[in-house]
Amino acid sequence: MSKRKLPTQKGLSRRAFLKTTGAAVSAGVVSGAAAELLNAQSTAKNKVAGPGEVPITLRVNGETHNLNVEPRVTLLDALRDRLDLTGAKKVCDRGTCGTCTVLVDGKAAYACSMLAIDAQGREILTIEGLAPEGELHPISAAFVENDAQQCGFCTPGFVMACKAYLDRNPNPTEAQAKKALGGNLCRCGTYIGVRAAVLDAAARMKGGR
Amino acid sequence: MNVFEYANPTTTKEAAGLLAAQWGEAEILAGGTDLLSLMKNYVATPKRVVSLRGIKELSGITSSASGLRIGAMVTLQELHDHKAVHDDYHSLAHAAGSVPSPQIRNLGTVGGDLCQRPRCWYFRNGFGLLAKDEKGQPLVPAGDNRYHAIFGHPGGSPGAYYVHPSSLAPALITFGARVKVAGPKGEREIPLASFFATPKREGERENVLMPNEIVTEIILAAASKGMLTATYEVRQKEALDWPLATASVALRMSGDKVKSARIVLGHVAPVPWPAHEAEKLLAGQTITEDSAAKAGEAAVRGAKALSGNKYKVQLARVAVKRALLEAAAHGKEGMQHG
Repeated sequence: MSKRKLPTQKGLSRRAFLKTTGAAVSAGVVSGAAAELLNAQSTAKNKVAGPGEVPITLRVNGETHNLNVEPRVTLLDALRDRLDLTGAKKVCDRGTCGTCTVLVDGKAAYACSMLAIDAQGREILTIEGLAPEGELHPISAAFVENDAQQCGFCTPGFVMACKAYLDRNPNPTEAQAKKALGGNLCRCGTYIGVRAAVLDAAARMKGGR
Repeated sequence: MNVFEYANPTTTKEAAGLLAAQWGEAEILAGGTDLLSLMKNYVATPKRVVSLRGIKELSGITSSASGLRIGAMVTLQELHDHKAVHDDYHSLAHAAGSVPSPQIRNLGTVGGDLCQRPRCWYFRNGFGLLAKDEKGQPLVPAGDNRYHAIFGHPGGSPGAYYVHPSSLAPALITFGARVKVAGPKGEREIPLASFFATPKREGERENVLMPNEIVTEIILAAASKGMLTATYEVRQKEALDWPLATASVALRMSGDKVKSARIVLGHVAPVPWPAHEAEKLLAGQTITEDSAAKAGEAAVRGAKALSGNKYKVQLARVAVKRALLEAAAHGKEGMQHG
């Protein structure tokens, strides 16, 4: 697996710019209110972190990343804005569209609905880790072959949901494939292609073609 | 989302000590599928979030002769996949599995399903559980109430009009489930049927929990032999949505006659709604198209539709009928296989 480069300071990227401004804003917001609560309840104080940045360790695509985040940073924002893994998309950010789907300990999950700090100790797989750089995973290949995307924005989420499902059930029927992708939306309406891709991917992964 | 401090206790006792005595100060984080959305919308603005992920005692399902103990952090998928749940509490396994998104089933927990906040769009947009305008008048009766309650609401006066969003509660109540709760004063056990409450004043919640109490487990008595159960859900679409009306039924049988029935409706009232009239009607009956339809009629007697949700009365009626017929069909299958 190729090591992805983090954005450099030289030539501030849009993402890096957002990160810098975000940090400045949050520094202003951290007030005495939360600190007050901390003082009021001194029990189990050592188990309390934040509200400012705290060091966390994430396991993503087989690599260990040490980063500093506020407890309010979601797994999705940590992946996209800190680790530059932008395959998981941020659309509804409320656990109802599926574009942010990643695998957490092998299971499909909405990265927008998990705190990064709560994702420590779990194995996270994003679409970037699905196949070596420059190669297509059989599921991705099946999506291309079966015209399973139009604008493509929802595709990484669908591919990851499909991966989680085929790991569990390598021989799905079409009805099962439909149900398995019930957590992902495609506003272009490519569902027919997506279902065909799931069945095709299942065949490819068994070496059927 | 506002900033907050994050607590990561490893025991229930520790967790209870980290919560606050006032609502809103601290929030419990289980699966996160509801809480994080509420926080992003500033409906929940806690100063502290207490994650239950590190508490081992809250996980796992234990099956014994006396029944089933389901940890509050068990996910909907784990519940659905568990053999004893699948074999002996069919309607519960079905309810867990029919939450349409695998991602939600993998993250969402049993405790979270029971404690999630209502989906009422007035509540989600900051008008409070009782959804009042500046003059204290309720917004729901005069507003868009297509998904709101048809039972248990105050019929135009100020009060609660939302529907309880739990997927599991109706089925759990038909099995006589009990909830174990831990707080600063220790543990207590509550029948799930009396766990939910309808708030009368803004600031009250939709269950009897204190702000510093945590649901730790669900206790189910051993399934009685030959009990027939089913959950039927009416949905607008197959993906990612909440049902419009659901019915869970559990029938204790004597031969092909119903000895006693439990019927609980979901998504029709601020609490899971028991259909006692329908239950009584079925005692001593065989389940036929006719008796099931009559039970459906009885279940919606007394329904009070709002301006935009008359259709839900019909959906609830049909949900009861179909759940009964499905339960009876399981009985026939069972006999054929046996």
